[in-house]
Amino acid sequence: MGQTLTRSLFLTGHQMLAFIFRNFHLTRRYFGWVIVFSFYAVVNSAAIALIGVAINDRKLTMTLVVGAMLWGFLSSLFNEISMAIAYERWEGTLEYTFMAPVSRLTHLLGESLYAVIYSLVRLFVILFGIALFVDLDLSNANWIGLIVTLLVSSLAFIGLGLIAATLPVLSPERGPEAANIFQGSLLLVSGVYYPIEILPAWLQPISTLSPATYALSACRKLIGINSENASAGKFIGVSLLEVWPELLTLILMGVVMVPFGLWVFKRVEKWAKRTGKLKRTG
Amino acid sequence: MLESNSHNGFHPAIEVRGVKKVFRERKRKRWLKYAIKEEWAVNGVSFDVASGETYGLLGPNGSGKSTLIRILSTLLIPDAGEVRLLGHKLPEEELFVRWKIGRVSVDAAFYKRLSARENLLYSAYLYGLDPGPAEKRAFQILDRLGIESRKYSDPLEEMSRGMQQKISIARALMINPPMLLLDEPTTGLDPKSRRDVQKFIEELREEEGTTILLTTHDMAEAERLCARIGFIAKGKIVAEGTAEDLRQQAGAVTFEDAFIKLTGENLAEDEVKEEG
Repeated sequence: MGQTLTRSLFLTGHQMLAFIFRNFHLTRRYFGWVIVFSFYAVVNSAAIALIGVAINDRKLTMTLVVGAMLWGFLSSLFNEISMAIAYERWEGTLEYTFMAPVSRLTHLLGESLYAVIYSLVRLFVILFGIALFVDLDLSNANWIGLIVTLLVSSLAFIGLGLIAATLPVLSPERGPEAANIFQGSLLLVSGVYYPIEILPAWLQPISTLSPATYALSACRKLIGINSENASAGKFIGVSLLEVWPELLTLILMGVVMVPFGLWVFKRVEKWAKRTGKLKRTG
Repeated sequence: MLESNSHNGFHPAIEVRGVKKVFRERKRKRWLKYAIKEEWAVNGVSFDVASGETYGLLGPNGSGKSTLIRILSTLLIPDAGEVRLLGHKLPEEELFVRWKIGRVSVDAAFYKRLSARENLLYSAYLYGLDPGPAEKRAFQILDRLGIESRKYSDPLEEMSRGMQQKISIARALMINPPMLLLDEPTTGLDPKSRRDVQKFIEELREEEGTTILLTTHDMAEAERLCARIGFIAKGKIVAEGTAEDLRQQAGAVTFEDAFIKLTGENLAEDEVKEEG
């Protein structure tokens, strides 16, 4: 019993490694594009942060920096997972992957694990890039709290990514377009660069459904953007205990969305096998 | 209920009974009005392949060969009928089946930017193999297929279609599967590559006893490699037997004449259309 479980866990780890190995080498082979996209992300984030610098408002600057960085991380994570199937279809390898003896859980967790690693590295590249343009005061930020928030919010975004990953299975052409529209909608409602309160009243309730709303709120508190001295440019991050409502909401979202995403994915895969939608040319 | 055909020393590795597959496509007629177009890709196909046998499915484009291979590869669920591979029923036991089949399709499905080595190692991890020995086995196969070792690190997009197809064969065999599904593995290859692949398939059958299902529209290839052949046309198997049986059934002198008489199709015209 114990030996079987150990062997099964070893095999699962080995198979997850397949996706990390493959995606690492694909990143290496497409490194020119990785540099181009990272350069764009750094410039885009710096340009947004410089709006706050231009009006000499350090609190606004930090609000924009956190928004740009966190959105950079979460959108990269969402994009890598939601487009995993679309990439396979474009490469022509979708059928090969789907006929391999790998459970969908292992497959999608392997893809997600690489997406988290890739997005974290990208986040630190953006942070370094912004620091070249903006004087960042993160000396009193709660770094452990920030990392915990990033990991917890990753879970919820992995769930969303899994649901969105079914879209390219449902429609090879329209699916990736719909995934991008969904990602854009999250950017609109989550309060990435502005308070949710300025959104039209009919849109504000939707922001409560986005995990990014809670991740941003927690990160801003952990950096100290809402602290008493923030207006004077002094940021003192709060403790993890003070962001427990956001963390709890993110954990609940992840716990619900990851299994739900897998369930939806399996249903769509079965439908695709009945209708012949897995075919490489779609 | 699937009736087993394991009598008289015939141990079926592949059992296909009354399999049907229809594809439906929604066509817009006018504003908010759609018509459903139905196409029967496979319409009541039954056949068995014995353990260690090489069985050929010979038919023109669109006859249902690739649909059958996709069903056996667990990529399509049939609308009717029953399928068993090595005793495992599909689609219920698809995970067991996936461990035991290797597939080579007409389009070599690779990450074209990755090298042969990277693609093979990815497959090794995917199948839970120790990368070192798996890679060694794959390179031995590539060596037999005439691929030089200095090419292993080149991206696949820089290789010819023949070389890519040979790497696809090495990838399928690296997992040492008891069953191989070959979907037009030599289509579009130059004569030398075609001969290399055919010779390798013959050696594989003799040395490893692998059960092979081969689809092709190459008459000579089917005759050379397959112990038995099924002629498939418009989603149905219209005749089955050894090449000699099929010639006798049709009262034809050549194998090609037998195919035309029994199916009403002409593969030579099909090839010309495809090349044009």
